[in-house]
Amino acid sequence: MSQFSVIGKPIALVDSAAKTTGAGKYADDLRVPGMLIGKILHSPYPHARITRIDPSRALALEGVVTVVTGEDAPNKYGILPVGHDETALAVGKVRYVGDNVACVVAVSEELAEEALELIEVEYEVLPAYFDPRESMKAETDLIHSEKPHNIERDYHHVFGDPEKGFAEADYIQEGRYLANEVTHAAMEPHSTLAMFDLDPYTGQMGRLTVWSSTQVPYYLQHKLSMVLEMPMSQIRVIKPLVGGGFGGKSEVIPLEIIAPVAARKARAPVKITYTREEVFLAHRGRPRTIVELKTGVKKNGRITAVAAKVIQDGGAYCSYGVVTILYSGALLGALYDIPSVQYDGYRVLTNKPACGAMRGHGTVNVRFAFESQLDEIAAAIGVDPAEIRRENLLKPPCITVNGLRVQSYGLPECIDKVVEASKWRERKGKLPCGRGLGIACSHYVSGAANSIIRSDMPHSSVNIKIDRDGGVVVYTGASDIGQGSDTVVAQVAAEVLGCALSRIKVVAADTDLTPIDIGSYSSRVTFMNGNATLHAAESVKEQIVRASAQHMRCAPEDVVMAEDRVWKRSASPIAGTVPGMAEQDAPTGSGHVEGQILRGSVQQKRKQEEPKDHMSFEEAVVAAIDFHGALTATGSYAPPPEARGGKFKGGGVGPSPAYSYSAQVAEVSVDEETGAVTVHKVWAAHDCGRALNPVSVKGQVIGSVWMGLGQALQEEMVWKHGLLMNPGLLEYRSPSAKESPEIEAIIVESVDPEGPFGAKEASEGSLAAAIPAVANAIFDATGIRLRESPFTPERVLAALRSKSVGGNALQLTNNVDPTHPEAFREHGGVLLFRGKGPFRHVLDPAMSKQRAAGSEPAGEK
Amino acid sequence: MKKELIALRVNGRAHELAVEANSTLLDVLRQELNLTGSKRGCDDSSCGACAVAVDGQPMLACTLLTASCEGREITTIEGLAEHGSLAAIQKAYGDWGGAQCGYCTPGFMMSVHWLLQQTPNPSEEEISNALSSNLCRCTGYVQMYQAIRAAIAVEQERRDT
Repeated sequence: MSQFSVIGKPIALVDSAAKTTGAGKYADDLRVPGMLIGKILHSPYPHARITRIDPSRALALEGVVTVVTGEDAPNKYGILPVGHDETALAVGKVRYVGDNVACVVAVSEELAEEALELIEVEYEVLPAYFDPRESMKAETDLIHSEKPHNIERDYHHVFGDPEKGFAEADYIQEGRYLANEVTHAAMEPHSTLAMFDLDPYTGQMGRLTVWSSTQVPYYLQHKLSMVLEMPMSQIRVIKPLVGGGFGGKSEVIPLEIIAPVAARKARAPVKITYTREEVFLAHRGRPRTIVELKTGVKKNGRITAVAAKVIQDGGAYCSYGVVTILYSGALLGALYDIPSVQYDGYRVLTNKPACGAMRGHGTVNVRFAFESQLDEIAAAIGVDPAEIRRENLLKPPCITVNGLRVQSYGLPECIDKVVEASKWRERKGKLPCGRGLGIACSHYVSGAANSIIRSDMPHSSVNIKIDRDGGVVVYTGASDIGQGSDTVVAQVAAEVLGCALSRIKVVAADTDLTPIDIGSYSSRVTFMNGNATLHAAESVKEQIVRASAQHMRCAPEDVVMAEDRVWKRSASPIAGTVPGMAEQDAPTGSGHVEGQILRGSVQQKRKQEEPKDHMSFEEAVVAAIDFHGALTATGSYAPPPEARGGKFKGGGVGPSPAYSYSAQVAEVSVDEETGAVTVHKVWAAHDCGRALNPVSVKGQVIGSVWMGLGQALQEEMVWKHGLLMNPGLLEYRSPSAKESPEIEAIIVESVDPEGPFGAKEASEGSLAAAIPAVANAIFDATGIRLRESPFTPERVLAALRSKSVGGNALQLTNNVDPTHPEAFREHGGVLLFRGKGPFRHVLDPAMSKQRAAGSEPAGEK
Repeated sequence: MKKELIALRVNGRAHELAVEANSTLLDVLRQELNLTGSKRGCDDSSCGACAVAVDGQPMLACTLLTASCEGREITTIEGLAEHGSLAAIQKAYGDWGGAQCGYCTPGFMMSVHWLLQQTPNPSEEEISNALSSNLCRCTGYVQMYQAIRAAIAVEQERRDT
């Protein structure tokens, strides 16, 4: 029998009924009286100076209230303190097709859209940079004048002695890997509603309330304070239900700043909701990445050194970029025991929508390269791919070569489980031609140990209030974006208090009501907010126990809270002296105390009675309130100093109090006629420390593997001269049920010493392994090694042909071989691409060049 | 654009509404009737989050003209709960992790509800065909199959007793 009553049980999300009935409100479902609609004018050019904006014709339209431009809020902001390079709307210059130029506020969406066309903007078009390696050579027309060569940031880390490591290696493998760009495409398009209250004392606009689809209400409050020059205390950010984030809502997205600026200028509430195309342009997804990787091993597969050069195509703004490029290096060498690592990372600016944090932040593309290369090495030296991974395991507790502390490490068990479940030993290399198995591993942080805004504040704080009705209200700043964090909070509180789950009411993510929590990203919520909840619940429990002990005339140590009651230990169900607590006596959570709650204390009523050996939850709560005066408690969590990593430049990114681990086996078949890859099944074992809610954990693991499969096989942002050619869910090819294989999630519980009940992260760590697992399975099936993702039929076919004819007949993809990719290609290398991308503007320099050459005049698709 | 008065039946109730000829059913449901359960995910019939039943048949409200629905029976997600309690499929989606962020869920409810009405005991392939009319970014669809199987079992039990 489990030692827990609520923890470890499959429990429906606390808000699941709101979701399945449509009753739950997301940001775009909200409206307030007098609300106006905002629509944003986007740049048609990838790089241009704005010489004039004239909104007069738009303003003349009946129903248009105002037009907002960059001058209305010129303060710079950015999610990272080192990357304040954005403004609400463009000031002087646009930097990508889709950059924000102006915002129309009107009484309806149709009118606002009509007015957009009437705004006159004159641009002076500048040369633009689309390929990161070209961009790095730039001397003039820089994207941000303060960033020479358009390099946002570069890092050069050396750990151990790579030179010696490679000298000692018996075998060295080198290769270049390209991962194309993907985006979150959360089902809910971003939406923000902003409203100012009138101040009763000044009569002017006072406090601001913002409802927004955000993963980080606190950061939004912080950035709004900077841009609007208002104290944070005057800004209230409320997160309604959020329809998925995956990192896309983990920073302040332009509309979240524009809507309040527009509401201030329009002097009325303003809502802005992105269209799906705007969501694609807002982006902040996973950058396309070039990884040049070199790995040295001994004969038995033991790794001696790894060297990686990583170039990320970051887009036009910093966003989370500095963190992304650091994560790529920090977690590259920390999954296995690697004695020496050299890392050179370049985050490069280009004239494309900014890339940011996406599920598996920074780790995914390097993991694809690393796990692919490890497979190549295994094949070259004749070691089983599962064995070469076992050969290089860490031996925890330990500190990795780059200073990451590892305490719990379920990777060995993960590998064992997937090898067993997939019948790896019996089937690997023995499947019919065209069918194969591949294995890969990955890991991720359970929250960053260092907050992006450097301070000593706790990363999570939780308040608990229990009143005489026996209801437990937990106030948490954590943002439930569908991953189930509210449910985890409720479970942890109910477990500690030994009460029914139905007693717990979670109030979350409202900066006026809930204490600061730095948000839902880097898989930090279960670990950090779970710990804060645990501390708060333990503190409130102590108060209840003390009062109950007095009431039951026993020592506090002899008080047990279980089964929605408070017991003397000798009588508690744990002691087993209550033979079969009757059903009607069982916890109901209905909260009745014989009508005594308001009229008088239970203590008084019971004064004459003999001391009891148990009390109802309500009785105990009332006793505690009578005893203490009020029943509230707080709890907080900050990662311990020893988990905060090394003291080198950039060492702040990567450290985490705990890491999750994942091993996966994918079974695929490849159609050698069409190049189509079918994934039949994925076995994914994930070490989540302890599964607080197994249904949720499996859902998160399956969801991450699935998202990884999307990146592996079909999802790709297709660019041409900085234009996104496929800004729609079908064109982007988000996988449907028909394209989604069975994924078997296997939970491995390593029980972390610092996690709440031993829990670690579950939502991101499994993503990265899916891509190399498929690549390795394709190699097993066909003998071709794809080093460029996604493995679309065109690429697979080109690779198959390059194998069969020695690399000479690659007409299908412009003579580029995806087994040895050189550089990113326009249209992702697909000759026959049919997207619905925007038309090219006639004034674009690329067009004038074409005109001069006498090719098609305008509107090239 | 000039508005016209039309009669619309939604979830068993009659409404008289003044709508523009080009207004979509989704906008009218969400903005005029405040039935915000039907979601806008794409605007171009890609995602299925706006699915509603029109005369029992699932349709995508984002690309359906309101005027074309005059006199037809429209059921939205708000009309799916049975007598104020969760329909079996709604309960099962909660229990089995069929919904995570929940934004696509109303659309899935409409598609799956229709599937189970047409085919009380569908094969795996029939389920995946029905699910493929909607997109989800959270679940990978896997737990939806379990939810649907569980809902079928509940319905079966209800019929047997």
